[in-house]
Amino acid sequence: MKIVVCVKQVPDTAAKVVVENGQVTWGDAPLVINPWDEYAVETALLQEEEHGGEVTVISVGGEDAKEALKHALAMGCGNAILVSDPSLKNADSLVTSQVLAAAIQKIGDVDVVFFGKQAIDGDVGVTAAQTARVLGWPSLTLVSEITELDPGSKTISVERSVEEGRQVVSGQLPAVVSVVKDIGEPRYPSFMGIRKASRAEIPMWSIAEVGVEVSEPVVEWPDLFNPPKQEVVTEIVSGGSPQETAETLAEKIIEEKVL
Amino acid sequence: MADKVWVYIDQFDGEAIPSSWELFGAASKLANEMGGGVTAVVAGADVQQVAELAVHYGADQVYVCNDETLKEFRAEPYASVLSGLASEQQPEVILFPTTSRGRELAAMVAVDLKTGVLPDVTNLEIQDGKVLATRPVYGGKLISKVVCNAQPQLITLRGRAFSPPAADSTKTGQVDPVAASVAEDEIKTKVSGYTESQKGVSLNDAAVIVSGGRGVSNNPSLEPPAGLDESEVEIWRAQEGFKLVGELASVLNAAVGASRAAVDAGYILYEHQVGQTGKVVSPDLYIACGISGAIQHQAGMRTSKVIVAINKDPEAPIFKMARFGVVGDLFEILPPLTESLKARLNS
Ligand SMILES: Cc1cc2nc3c(=O)[nH]c(=O)nc-3n(C[C@H](O)[C@H](O)[C@H](O)COP(=O)(O)OP(=O)(O)OC[C@H]3O[C@@H](n4cnc5c(N)ncnc54)[C@H](O)[C@@H]3O)c2cc1C
Ligand SMILES: Nc1ncnc2c1ncn2[C@@H]1O[C@H](COP(=O)(O)O)[C@@H](O)[C@H]1O
Repeated sequence: MKIVVCVKQVPDTAAKVVVENGQVTWGDAPLVINPWDEYAVETALLQEEEHGGEVTVISVGGEDAKEALKHALAMGCGNAILVSDPSLKNADSLVTSQVLAAAIQKIGDVDVVFFGKQAIDGDVGVTAAQTARVLGWPSLTLVSEITELDPGSKTISVERSVEEGRQVVSGQLPAVVSVVKDIGEPRYPSFMGIRKASRAEIPMWSIAEVGVEVSEPVVEWPDLFNPPKQEVVTEIVSGGSPQETAETLAEKIIEEKVL
Repeated sequence: MADKVWVYIDQFDGEAIPSSWELFGAASKLANEMGGGVTAVVAGADVQQVAELAVHYGADQVYVCNDETLKEFRAEPYASVLSGLASEQQPEVILFPTTSRGRELAAMVAVDLKTGVLPDVTNLEIQDGKVLATRPVYGGKLISKVVCNAQPQLITLRGRAFSPPAADSTKTGQVDPVAASVAEDEIKTKVSGYTESQKGVSLNDAAVIVSGGRGVSNNPSLEPPAGLDESEVEIWRAQEGFKLVGELASVLNAAVGASRAAVDAGYILYEHQVGQTGKVVSPDLYIACGISGAIQHQAGMRTSKVIVAINKDPEAPIFKMARFGVVGDLFEILPPLTESLKARLNS
């Protein structure tokens, strides 16, 4: 089975992200693989273990996105590809999905593509559905469980985690699948995996090599700033007994008129 | 002439998702500045009554697509209906609620019409004739202003960031049926139903949320039933703790939230997780019980209007963002708090 995983490089969740002179910075906090994408990599590896085949991880980004790809290689993915091009500097999600779709086509004969739910920098959460739409493949987003995947009959059944519960959906392969946390804890890279990944030469594809005509980015960010500091004055509520404390707290909550 | 401002009404099982009505306040403001009225679109198998409600909330015109293929939500045929209508009528803006369906639809329509999506927006303004949207990024650590330089501009509005207008049952408007555009045998997916369907108030729409963290399992004085192993005892204790959280939530008609630590430990389903890798919520009141307030948790609840923290540890970071804090044991505080609020709300 041919499996692709799409990953993005982002600042660590614990990083203090600020805007300085119009530029986003995160000090010396590390760039990491988007945490949601680790679940996607885990899912891909589990499917490969079950059905055989190969896992290719792709990222669209600058040179530094190689770190995310190396993390995925260290977890156990067989191949990695970086799609990098100066013209993609201001890529929005539409452009990114067109590029990903074309790269997936170029890899060829792909059965299933895994995505994370959302990239934690832009918090957009649309790239999986958009890539599916560009490819014309079924979009199975927010998947919490793959109940069946049969590369022979080219079918897949999943549970999607939506507001009303778990939606049970089946579809045809090839398909695009984005996963959420319940799919399973991502494995840690093994020592051997890390060694192998650190030596890996990651092929780079330009837009011309992918062979795609992308649209002009249409989403623009004229302004980016730190949120105004919320000045909360914390009031510690206490009393002689838990009962008394609770009574006082209840009264204060009522006074805020939020109930 | 067709309206420039459209809203997409999300529905489940023939009932509108409440946050859909929040779109109408924002839409009529935009329509006032851009000219024209507000057109609503609703699709499903039996959604005529949703279309009529949309008129009461302020739609001047409603396109309603009733079709058996749309009984269960599947993004592909829904997107085709909306893309078809929009490419014909050329609206300038389409607003969606930020639900899982709204986000996915906006994503696909953007591909069909070669335009951009601005998801999870918390404020809208018009600048130089263009819609300027405000959206939190980096888990709310930064705020961005974004524009979309193509039409229609597809914008999903964060739940509870915009207030819904009052419904007016005397309002009238035009309701036009439209046909579905994809036949069943061209749709590559089938929905066979739902498991573990959610009961109670959903996190997205909740005005009040009571959340539990790892602390909900920390009550050594509870005597667990015999025969459980260590991890079962922990889960059992946590369920006792979440019972207290649930009782307070039910008195306040609130949703139940959780930290990732509580979800990872198996105390509660992932659907309840609040935070960077869970749901982003913005209720009027957020009560955090036994939650330390890690930065990834804050990312999901920072914009709550009033935050209350109950935690044993006076140094817990959650106190820095709380309006009210109680340094104490949640097992001691929650039962009288529930009683006391119940008495006050009933009087
Ligand atoms: C990539 C990434 C993504 C993440 N995403 C999320 C996310 O989406 N959401 C999220 O919540 N976390 C997330 N986290 C995890 C986060 O860093 C914290 O580990 C987690 O929020 C801690 O949960 P907690 O506060 O319940 O547990 P703890 O930090 O263990 O805190 C438990 C608290 O309970 C208090 N306590 C104990 N007993 C009692 C008692 N009887 N009464 C009152 N108080 C008591 C303790 O004093 C303590 O403060 C993420 C982490 C990473 C690395
Ligand atoms: N530049 C990128 N390269 C590869 N995959 C990406 C890229 N951007 C987003 N993705 C994938 O799309 C998912 C959703 O991202 P987003 O729509 O940006 O929130 C991520 O979890 C990744 O799996």
